[in-house]
Amino acid sequence: MSQSFDAITAQLKRRHRRSANLKRMSMGALILAATFLVVFIGDMLAKGLPAFQQAQIQVEVTYSEQAREIPPAAVGDDVRSLVSRGYLRLIPSRMEDDPDLLGTQRMEWVIADSAVDQYLKGHDSKLSAKQRRIVDRLAEQGRAELRFNTTFFTTGDSRMPEMAGIAAAAMGTVMTLIVTMAVCFPIGVMTAVYLEEFAPDNHLTQIIEININNLAAVPSILFGLLGLAIYINFFGVPRSSPLVGGLTLALMTLPVIIIATRTALRSVPDGIRQAAFGVGCSRWQVVRDHVLPLSLPGILTGSIIGMAQAMGETAPLIIVGMVAFIPDVSASFANAATVMPAQVFTWAGDPSPAFVEKTAGGILVLLAVLITLNATAVLLRKKFERRW
Amino acid sequence: MTTASEGLVPRFSRPEAWDQARPAVADAEAKLRVEDLNFYYGSFQALKSISMDVPANQVTAFIGPSGCGKSTLLRCFNRIHDLYPGMRSEGAIQLDGQNINDARVDTNLLRARIGMVFQKPTPFPMTVHDNIAFGVRLYERLNERDMENRVQWALEKAALWDEVKDKLHQNGQALSGGQQQRLCIARTIAVKPEVILLDEPTSALDPISTGYIEDLINELKADYTIVIVTHNMQQAARVSDVTAFMYLGELIECDETPKIFTQPGDSRTEDYITGRYG
Ligand SMILES: Nc1ncnc2c1ncn2[C@@H]1O[C@H](COP(=O)(O)OP(=O)(O)OP(=O)(O)O)[C@@H](O)[C@H]1O
Ligand SMILES: [Mg+2]
Repeated sequence: MSQSFDAITAQLKRRHRRSANLKRMSMGALILAATFLVVFIGDMLAKGLPAFQQAQIQVEVTYSEQAREIPPAAVGDDVRSLVSRGYLRLIPSRMEDDPDLLGTQRMEWVIADSAVDQYLKGHDSKLSAKQRRIVDRLAEQGRAELRFNTTFFTTGDSRMPEMAGIAAAAMGTVMTLIVTMAVCFPIGVMTAVYLEEFAPDNHLTQIIEININNLAAVPSILFGLLGLAIYINFFGVPRSSPLVGGLTLALMTLPVIIIATRTALRSVPDGIRQAAFGVGCSRWQVVRDHVLPLSLPGILTGSIIGMAQAMGETAPLIIVGMVAFIPDVSASFANAATVMPAQVFTWAGDPSPAFVEKTAGGILVLLAVLITLNATAVLLRKKFERRW
Repeated sequence: MTTASEGLVPRFSRPEAWDQARPAVADAEAKLRVEDLNFYYGSFQALKSISMDVPANQVTAFIGPSGCGKSTLLRCFNRIHDLYPGMRSEGAIQLDGQNINDARVDTNLLRARIGMVFQKPTPFPMTVHDNIAFGVRLYERLNERDMENRVQWALEKAALWDEVKDKLHQNGQALSGGQQQRLCIARTIAVKPEVILLDEPTSALDPISTGYIEDLINELKADYTIVIVTHNMQQAARVSDVTAFMYLGELIECDETPKIFTQPGDSRTEDYITGRYG
């Protein structure tokens, strides 16, 4: 050692200081990121949780002949403007379904107008002073309260905020993802198996490989344009349908699945392949009996993440017309449909406080589903993780 | 020069088997005949014009310093190199007179006829039973009883039965390293190949398991032709009938084991056996 002890000590101190600084800076970055996340989620919860509650009031409903013709006549003058028009509109069809209702009169808990809802939640409301007094009186008598909002989870979109729900969009998302996975999973896995286990290593396969990786980085809106041009304009797949939406998202998810599958296949040690070949397996038997089962958890994890990505995608679906106004929940592949993020997008376009609340509520549902999917992927990976 | 009776290796104990009556190796017909074999990893030539005979129902040992091409030659016999692009071989390998180093040969069947045990134990991630049954099922249809018997037979041969007979339905990867290697040997012999290739099969084993494996090799040669790669001179001397010494991709000499160990024809062989390099 040519340096003196003091020089070394000074140098050491400097080094320790530098690493302490670096540590502090990275902690700062982490805290900043965590703060953003907490603020975002907190804001969403504050805005969105009220959407899971809904004002209901107890009123006297008269199922008369007149009510069948003019539904608002079914409730008294004083509360007529407080009851959801969406509820009133359903009275004739309910009477149709259940003829016994005719001529009866009873107290019922009914969905209140969104102005009442906003008033009870303590927000600005367009209720007049007189209406407020009535609502206050009802609340005192225990005849107006906030209850769990089943409507939100059972209906489709509506012009009336109190009747609008996420269910149609959720169904649309499910149908779309079914199409996406039905197309992507087999094609993606087989492509990856071919590239990884069978294909010769030549220029053609290299070009294909590079392009698959590039495909994963293409802005998703371009896939929407491609879907529009090919599926709708060329093949005539019905516009706005889960079919075209799913096929479009499949374009986007395919490279994700191919890449995930290849990574999973590559992580199977070569020794297993050699051993399997060594007892006389054909290539296909090696893949089917050894390599695929071992890489399945990895493939599933990758597919779930790809699916979660596809689920949150909006832009390409807007291009193929999946931001439709869908009031009814329908499990069809060919009918017009919308998906959850597109529904959120639609609601976000309406500035009224009631819809702002719906928007946040929709985001919460979407986030919950996405977190569940990702957590499943993480758990799968944890459970089946193998160290060789 | 040491006397022929002691051998060249310091503290080398002369294997008893050498003193027992044995059929002359020269009389045995060649199970495998290598003719002018060249092998390339891309542009690197790993085997240079190898020609030799592997006698039937005998144990042939490949010895030589690390990197001399022993594993490469062994792997040529079951064409495992075919799986990797950029590896190619020239020349012929005759199995019972039929050239197996030919693109038209069905490699799957070939590998069932020429089984291989790898240096690193590679049990399949399935149960002990299935590890063995898997290979058997590929080429034979056995009913359940026969399969049980076959599994037991193979495990007994590999000196593993007593240790795993209560764990047949546990994962094969949960066994110890030495047990795994014996499981791999059992897996290979269960298919009843004609030739068994062993690439340093005992390098991960304790002396007791090694002893079992060597006994097994001795026993198996009645029915199979065996080729073994080993770094352990004593082991080569103990188990093999024929020893081939390789150096830098070349086959220096190949002769009856006692002769190689006592009167090698080449000074490089002598240097290696006496531990002067390698
Ligand atoms: N996959 C490969 N690609 C390129 N070169 C290789 C490959 N495998 C082996 N070689 C080279 O070929 C030569 C022979 O290797 P081989 O594995 O046959 O040696 P070995 O005699 O079995 O050695 P060891 O006793 O250490 O196992 C070595 O020089 C090695 O570097
Ligand atoms: Mg080797």
